[in-house]
Amino acid sequence: MAAPTDLRRRLLVTLAGFGLLTAVVCVTAPLVGSTTIHLSRVFNRAIPFADNVDAQVFFVARLPRVLASALVGSAFAIAGVVFQAFLRNPLASPDTLGVSSGATLGAVIVITFHIDTAVLGVSAVPVATFAGAAGALGIVYAMSIARRRGTSSTVLLLAGVALTAFLGALNRFIQVIGDYTDTFRSIRWMMGSMDVGSYTDIVVALVPIAAACVAIGTLPRELDLVSIGAEAAESRGVDVRRAERVALVSASLLTGSAVSLGGPIPFVGIIVPHIVRLIVGADHRLVLPAAALFGGTFLVICDVIARTAFGPAGMPVGAITAFLGGPFFLWLLFRRMR
Amino acid sequence: MVPDIPLRGILEAAELSFSYDRAARPVVNGVSVSVSRGTIVGLLGPNGSGKTTLLRLLSGTLNPDRGRVHLEGRPIATLSRRDLARRIAVVPQETHSAFDFSALEIVLMGRYPHLGAFELEGAGDLAIARRAMADTGTAALEDRRFAALSGGEKQRVVIAGALAQASDVLLLDEPTASLDLGFQFEIAALLSRLNRDRGTAMVVSTHDLNLAATLCTELMLLKEGRVIAQGATDTVLTPTHIRDLYGVVADVTAHPGAGHLTVVPLGRAD
Repeated sequence: MAAPTDLRRRLLVTLAGFGLLTAVVCVTAPLVGSTTIHLSRVFNRAIPFADNVDAQVFFVARLPRVLASALVGSAFAIAGVVFQAFLRNPLASPDTLGVSSGATLGAVIVITFHIDTAVLGVSAVPVATFAGAAGALGIVYAMSIARRRGTSSTVLLLAGVALTAFLGALNRFIQVIGDYTDTFRSIRWMMGSMDVGSYTDIVVALVPIAAACVAIGTLPRELDLVSIGAEAAESRGVDVRRAERVALVSASLLTGSAVSLGGPIPFVGIIVPHIVRLIVGADHRLVLPAAALFGGTFLVICDVIARTAFGPAGMPVGAITAFLGGPFFLWLLFRRMR
Repeated sequence: MVPDIPLRGILEAAELSFSYDRAARPVVNGVSVSVSRGTIVGLLGPNGSGKTTLLRLLSGTLNPDRGRVHLEGRPIATLSRRDLARRIAVVPQETHSAFDFSALEIVLMGRYPHLGAFELEGAGDLAIARRAMADTGTAALEDRRFAALSGGEKQRVVIAGALAQASDVLLLDEPTASLDLGFQFEIAALLSRLNRDRGTAMVVSTHDLNLAATLCTELMLLKEGRVIAQGATDTVLTPTHIRDLYGVVADVTAHPGAGHLTVVPLGRAD
């Protein structure tokens, strides 16, 4: 099962399989929609871009959404994998730990109070979502240190539920005191949408997400070991504190960036790692790349459903993932209880 | 109590004290121990006497408030985690896996300190892991889900993982607590064999006095964090000490068939 040459082969199969799926979905997704377009016309160089409606729909209207979905889905999925390994609980995720809510609070504050100052050319939203995610994670982290004296991970997840409710209340409070248009904007944004304005927004999110992925990519074996216990990992040679710091800062960067680009889209961080583990097993050297690829694919598919299945107005993609994720989460809980 | 063991130990601790909560009584209080190559030190004491904490201090997962731990003359605080793990392996009381690792995957994790950052386990690592599984009678469990194994099977797989770490020192926290009589014997025989063949030094905490009598060359009796007796098994395992330690009256006799001391508890002392 885990023979070494076998691992190399399994890694290749995993990358090839999930990579192919991602590629097919990302190329097909922009073709689906109310206006029918054809790939052959999209890439027909004979027609100038200004006259090529198919190419315009493909590149201007739909491809940014697909790329944004892929990026956001990957980020939430990887963050989920990291939280699950460190808390040793497959129910941990950016949503259940309150990290998404922290990021959301950051964004709602920026939107409502018009904090439009750009820091080094980056708008305030991603900065605020990262700060919010890191703040919420700080609270959870403080509790996970207390955990070494015996708090169970169930307690931590309950703390996440309480934190989520509390931050949600703060969000609603700010929305109530804000003016009507700002509140409408922030409520729309909180529903989660992949309707990004431009490629620039995607690039702005891509940079921190890529950096976080590289950092987490150095730690797959450490994630394996901490998932059987911090002390067990330490006695096998893992510098748990360093790994924890790198991984948790990276995971909040992922959550903050994903929330700033697409809003707090729920359940991706739970569903995707779980499905991936069923397919590739528990080894994080396989789980991480598979979750990155499948997380993107999953959200691209959800976004296609969101923008096509409910008439021209569409549906926020967060509603789709919640619709799928809620029952999935309950099923997961039920299965673990047995 | 000054240990009269000469300082020839591979792992030595001097005057260790530690408390989880500064205000509270130290859990480990002025404990010194020297573990030599080829010895098996048994750690006996009632629940809460500081056995597990002492093992954590010896493995470097906890830093003592006072005192120091040396590995072949070097303070373990100056060694990296990875270097330390190549020398000292630990078998904790219980191991849980949140995810579906196979037993072999758990054992292969023992190879972590021997591998580079992006290095996959090679054929050599796999051979070491399989040999450790054969030695612990877990070869047949290789592809089974670790989380679905019985307590005794899990413990043997974890011991196999510690063996795969190929260390000179093995620290075991109640290794046979969840095992049936057959596997208790098997583990005891395995530890004796490792100790004899590879010279692996061991510190074993246990509540099983007869196991301690069979297995350990030296004993250390801990009560409320302090050492009440320390030395060769034959001299330390006495009715008086057992009474001091557990409040139990017991008969200690040399069993001619077993070839070591046997302990028969007779009743509570009060």
